Amino acid sequence: MNRAGNWVGGLLMVLAAPVLALVLSGIIASVLLLATGYSVGDFWSILLTAPSERQVVNILNYGAILYLSGVAAAIGFRMNLFNIGVEGQYRIGAFAGAVFAGSGWLTGPLNTIVAILIAMVSAALWAGIAGFLRVTRGVSEVISTIMLNAIAGYLVGYFLRKLGEQSGNATSTKDVPESSWVGGIDILKGSGQELLGLSLFAVVVGVLYWLVLNKTVFGFNLRATGGSETAAVASGVDVKRMVVVSMLLSGAVAGLIGMPVLFGDAHNYGSSFQTGIGFAGIAVALLGRNNPVGIALGALIFSYLHEQANNLNILAGISPDIVQVTQGVIVLCVVVAYEVARRVRVRIEQASVAAALETRRSERTEVPA
Amino acid sequence: MSVAVPVSGQPQAPVPDEPTGSRAARWVAYALAIFVLVSLVRVLTGADDIDSAGALRAALIAAVPIVLAGIGGLWSERAGVVNIGLEGMMIMGTLGAGYFGYHYGVVAGLLGAMAFGALGGLVHAIATVTFGVDHIVSGVAINIVAAGLAAFLAKAFFSGLEGGGPTQSPPLPRPVNLPLAFLADPLGELEEKHWFLVSDAASLLRAVTDRISVVTVLALVLVAFTGWVLWHTGFGLRLRSVGESPSAAESLGVDVYRYKYIGVVVSGALAGLGGAYLALVAASGYQNGMTQGLGYIGLAAMIFGNWRPLGTLVAALLFGYTQSINLRGSTDSLHALLLVIAVVLVIVGVLMVVRRAPRNAALLGVAGLLFLIWFVATDSVSSKFTGMAPYVTTLLVLTFAAQQLRMPAADGQTYRKGSAG
Repeated sequence: MNRAGNWVGGLLMVLAAPVLALVLSGIIASVLLLATGYSVGDFWSILLTAPSERQVVNILNYGAILYLSGVAAAIGFRMNLFNIGVEGQYRIGAFAGAVFAGSGWLTGPLNTIVAILIAMVSAALWAGIAGFLRVTRGVSEVISTIMLNAIAGYLVGYFLRKLGEQSGNATSTKDVPESSWVGGIDILKGSGQELLGLSLFAVVVGVLYWLVLNKTVFGFNLRATGGSETAAVASGVDVKRMVVVSMLLSGAVAGLIGMPVLFGDAHNYGSSFQTGIGFAGIAVALLGRNNPVGIALGALIFSYLHEQANNLNILAGISPDIVQVTQGVIVLCVVVAYEVARRVRVRIEQASVAAALETRRSERTEVPA
Repeated sequence: MSVAVPVSGQPQAPVPDEPTGSRAARWVAYALAIFVLVSLVRVLTGADDIDSAGALRAALIAAVPIVLAGIGGLWSERAGVVNIGLEGMMIMGTLGAGYFGYHYGVVAGLLGAMAFGALGGLVHAIATVTFGVDHIVSGVAINIVAAGLAAFLAKAFFSGLEGGGPTQSPPLPRPVNLPLAFLADPLGELEEKHWFLVSDAASLLRAVTDRISVVTVLALVLVAFTGWVLWHTGFGLRLRSVGESPSAAESLGVDVYRYKYIGVVVSGALAGLGGAYLALVAASGYQNGMTQGLGYIGLAAMIFGNWRPLGTLVAALLFGYTQSINLRGSTDSLHALLLVIAVVLVIVGVLMVVRRAPRNAALLGVAGLLFLIWFVATDSVSSKFTGMAPYVTTLLVLTFAAQQLRMPAADGQTYRKGSAG
């Protein structure tokens, strides 16, 4: 097999799995709608209607947040570290950033910058607890991050009540002073909706993620550890240090998730701050196979579904929860499809190696004279 | 992706094999010691609600879903499959109880919840066992699907019904209680006297007899049943062998996939039953999001309980107690609890000195002292702290007692049929 053919085949293989997953989850959603008596036709026609300009901007905004969350999860995944705790880290980070920015100790952009740094550091430290426990006490990061998620929820709730302000039914942190807001970008004139300024973090983080992963020693070590820990140890990688550093990095990115909305839209952290983004990020990272471009595609698909869900409810009375089902099914199908594809590839490789060995042996036996 | 992370340089100490009798005796001794301690603290601080029948009853009700999820996790993990999806399976259980309970009665509700939970388990088994998907990934996906599916179906099932709505079912029939109500009054009178030990025993007895649901009893029976099946039958030995060393099990003729499937599906059914308990006993109907992470607490209870049924039960009772005391809002008992914790920490610390583990002993001593200071310096505790107590304790137990914990050796690892060689 020549190299180019291999490459095309590989690309097809990579794309086949997610496409298959999308189709399968579409079928499952249709069956579910049929079984519960909703109109399948309405579902598809609404889902496949081109989004309005306003919706496009919404999709980009939410997609950027999902992307950040996806990269946060992917950093750990690349070295077989299961950071389930993006959700908790994101909340801790967003809350700490909001409290600082709202306190008004600094003004203007300086306030914004310092608050963002505080969000990143606090989220990183929260994630670091799991990394530290793993390398010093051997505690599985899966379990510790699940526990830390729950603890983060209670902690934020406690301090929100202690430090926050009551307005009506909702409690929230003090508003960020207007001088520190980050304005939107009017990318689609007349859509009435602006791209949140800090959504651009997604682009920056995406590029950095790609650079660090592919062009630095650290990135190489990270991938090596993920590929084979024993081989990495044998070649001198300090795995313990890698675990802690990648948890810290993962947490730092998680700290950014809340920033676009905090400085561009909500201006405070309140009980209405969106939850569940951390778990959606895990799903997006899996969908995109931890690849910077793949995660972006995954984030946009999820964001698109999320945005269209509102219309499902408004126009056809279909419960928007169907979209969450679809998202979950996509993830489940895609991981199964990747695993099947991997097994097929391994089998093909084994067969081709066996065939190559066979021909070489037969050549050798034919030539002796 | 590995979940088992042995600490380098500290080989896991094998748990010494004790005869079952002496282990049971030790547990009883611990329980008695705690009982006397709590009674003492109650008399000293006057926080009578700390072990009132009401508080203990609420704790038991809060503990049942946790223990059901916990032994559910046990079945799965003993067969070597990590089950983060317990939460989702529990959610499916609440929905199943709501649908079948409303249309076909209590028994159908319980069975339907188990069936829905088992369905979640089946999906997990297909993904992890047949397709070899990472266990954590599959579990996370199942939790996402289950939460969405339950919300979606709830709207479809309950919207038009009287007393129901898009997010909740109509009131559901309640499983019957054991006919032990005649004991309630005399025990209640005894409890009111607030005598040292005697009244505490009375309130304990009252908590387990007054309006106790058959499902509560069923859950306790299932804990014992799980212990018996997994540790005292050939079937259980094979199931556990699959979780310890699947290749060895397969080379001896055990059908590894079959046992893993059984473990995970039973796990889902038990988590589903936990969901049914929430919808039918603890509350009076299905509600969206009513599990509130109890599946995760169940998982924590299983770990805290060292992957054993009795340990899981004790942990679930402990966690249930902190959850219920939170709901009762009795800040007095919370405060008194600090003293109990301080004393327990110090005692365990002293035990650590005897066991020649000075570092742990020092840490526990310091922690105990901190709790004591907290107790003396304040006179109430925020309820948020009890809410997070189960998670913090589990984290601390994992941190300081990791060497005593022993998870199944092949837990979380994907096994492919025929790789035994």
